Amino acid sequence: MTLQRKGPSIDFTNGFVDLTHGGGGRAMAQLVDELFVAAFDNEMLRQRNDQASFPVEAGRMVMTTDGYVISPLFFPGGDIGSLAVHGTINDVAMAGAVPLALSASFIIEEGLPLADLKRIVGSMAAASRAAGVPVVTGDTKVVEKGKGDGVFIATTGIGRVPAGIAISGDQARPGDAILISGTMGDHGVAVMSLRENLGFETTLHSDSAALHGLVAEMVAALPGIRCLRDPTRGGLAATLNELAHQSGVGMIIEEAAIPVRAEVRGACELLGLDPLYVANEGKLIAIAPAADAERLLEVMRAHPLGRDAAMIGRVVADAHWFVQMETSFGGKRVVDWLAGEQLPRIC
Amino acid sequence: MKYIDEFRDGKLARRIAAAIAAEARPDRRYALMEFCGGHTHAISRYGIEDLLPPAVRMIHGPGCPVCVLPIGRVDNAIAIARQPGVILCTYGDLLRVPGSKRVSLLKAKAAGADVRMVYSAADSLRIAQDNPDRQVVFFAIGFETTTPPTALVIRQAKAAELGNFSVFCNHVLTPAAITNILESPEVRELGTVPLDGFIGPAHVSTVIGSRPYEFFAEEYQKPVVIAGFEPLDVLQAILMLVRQLNEGRFEVENEFSRAVTRDGNRKAQALVADVFELRRIFEWRGLGMVPYSALAIKEEFAPWDAERRFEVETASVPDAKACECGAILRGLKKPADCRLFGTACTPESPMGSCMVSAEGACAAYWTYGRFRQVS
Repeated sequence: MTLQRKGPSIDFTNGFVDLTHGGGGRAMAQLVDELFVAAFDNEMLRQRNDQASFPVEAGRMVMTTDGYVISPLFFPGGDIGSLAVHGTINDVAMAGAVPLALSASFIIEEGLPLADLKRIVGSMAAASRAAGVPVVTGDTKVVEKGKGDGVFIATTGIGRVPAGIAISGDQARPGDAILISGTMGDHGVAVMSLRENLGFETTLHSDSAALHGLVAEMVAALPGIRCLRDPTRGGLAATLNELAHQSGVGMIIEEAAIPVRAEVRGACELLGLDPLYVANEGKLIAIAPAADAERLLEVMRAHPLGRDAAMIGRVVADAHWFVQMETSFGGKRVVDWLAGEQLPRIC
Repeated sequence: MKYIDEFRDGKLARRIAAAIAAEARPDRRYALMEFCGGHTHAISRYGIEDLLPPAVRMIHGPGCPVCVLPIGRVDNAIAIARQPGVILCTYGDLLRVPGSKRVSLLKAKAAGADVRMVYSAADSLRIAQDNPDRQVVFFAIGFETTTPPTALVIRQAKAAELGNFSVFCNHVLTPAAITNILESPEVRELGTVPLDGFIGPAHVSTVIGSRPYEFFAEEYQKPVVIAGFEPLDVLQAILMLVRQLNEGRFEVENEFSRAVTRDGNRKAQALVADVFELRRIFEWRGLGMVPYSALAIKEEFAPWDAERRFEVETASVPDAKACECGAILRGLKKPADCRLFGTACTPESPMGSCMVSAEGACAAYWTYGRFRQVS
């Protein structure tokens, strides 16, 4: 028998988040128990400490953190919860690392329907279980109505780098091949199609996915991969520019080799956007020595998340670190960084 | 993507490019101005200049509505947006345009003004209907293409007796700008700007038709080919201009016959004539004061005219001293001739108007073509 008085259970059907849910009192404890611990259930979380405690192996670890502020919270192919799991797992995986654990911090706006919160946490838990990467610690804060936009989620991830892997954005060398794991721009266009003032419909889904399984197979087959990065905000164009600057090299890509879905091209055409700048949440860029490229492409294509993988260009020596593209039309142009913001709050 | 890919076919492009190379005589000059920012963008984005022989040179004209909007009008819009209770709606491109003191609508928004990006004039009308206790102002810019939708929302606002909606009108006219360039002393008397022919606007011409250009071709003896915005359209138009010049013709030809007729869209023209009247004079960034080059809202629609409602007075604000936008917009200089290009002035922090919009010559050069400057 417990001497602790327990209030009525939380009304996840019709209730709303209020300030007491972040106040540190009983309502918060109840929300943590009935929602977060129940959904993410694992050994470390069950310890109910302010921190997760676990043993570490010798070797190199990686750690990353990311905030998710996407609007709208739910979109075709995912929601802010699954995105917060996939995005951070991917940032860990892009070091060639095996993701081990996540933390999650929720900043919730007063008035968010509890049903929405439950749906988000549920999809987050499902994504974490499917990926085999537990959420082992977390935090909940509630801010007054008007001071947030539904919910913001920050997740931190840690991972272990297998011995002999040294993947980093500064490793690209002239002569290397540039590969991508699939079609560009799906996430950005899927999210955009829901924005209130656009009024167009699409059957497109976000590509939001955890890429560590694909990465594990890539590094197992070809430990000599030099760079991996997921082209999220700013899309392929911004990410290639980042890598070119980090490595101090130029790049030449071929427009005709870059896979873009017809729906994405159509939407971009209508809206005056360039698919190369539109965000992805389940794709990666790989740079590898030319000699490994064909084999790497095979390994990528054999994985469900790399089915449409393609070799899109090569690294070249260039003192100006330009990313250039041979257009399908036969000319050449610079693929520049994105100036300003193409689409706010896409992740 | 059917209906689009056909106009971007690389093989066909090389065939047309080969024809241009074969027909352009190396001993003569083909200085061709594409008036529209849409053409400038296509030329840079698809690398069309790589496909042209040295005798053919493209000059980038002033047909980017964001680029030619004078700083004083941007200041006006910012001042309106800062008034309490106002929601200012406009197209995305305009948000980053710096006014005087480098304040843009985006910065005014960050400082608390309610500025919203819309995709059409109709969106702003809807915002007015949804916010009856706010004054909603549509900051309207553009050439003849975007004028009819603005006219339509003004008519709709009047019909609905919508008291909280008005339009800050900055619509300008293509033929007036072309005349201004052709009349400039550099072209007409001094001959310092080579200008042998024009690629005529695509979308503008769907509204005004091809007839208005007949005067230029005749009076100034310059061939005009109206072309669509797809890269193959542009290449084909260049070939047609090369042929006219080789044959000593100066006619208006229509490459964009899939959308443009001689008379244009009469319904749209009637709508515009119903709501707007000519301004006696209007300032263009880069071109200065151009007579009869812009539209104002007619007296009959005065309650929906933001200029009247907010008693707007426009000051003429000069560009930054070293900025060469004026010369670039008139084809006198190339972007790389400007000292600020790529140093103080980049798409991230534009000083001049040509760097602001993706359709501006400087932004197009910087974004897509700057490897040419260094290689």
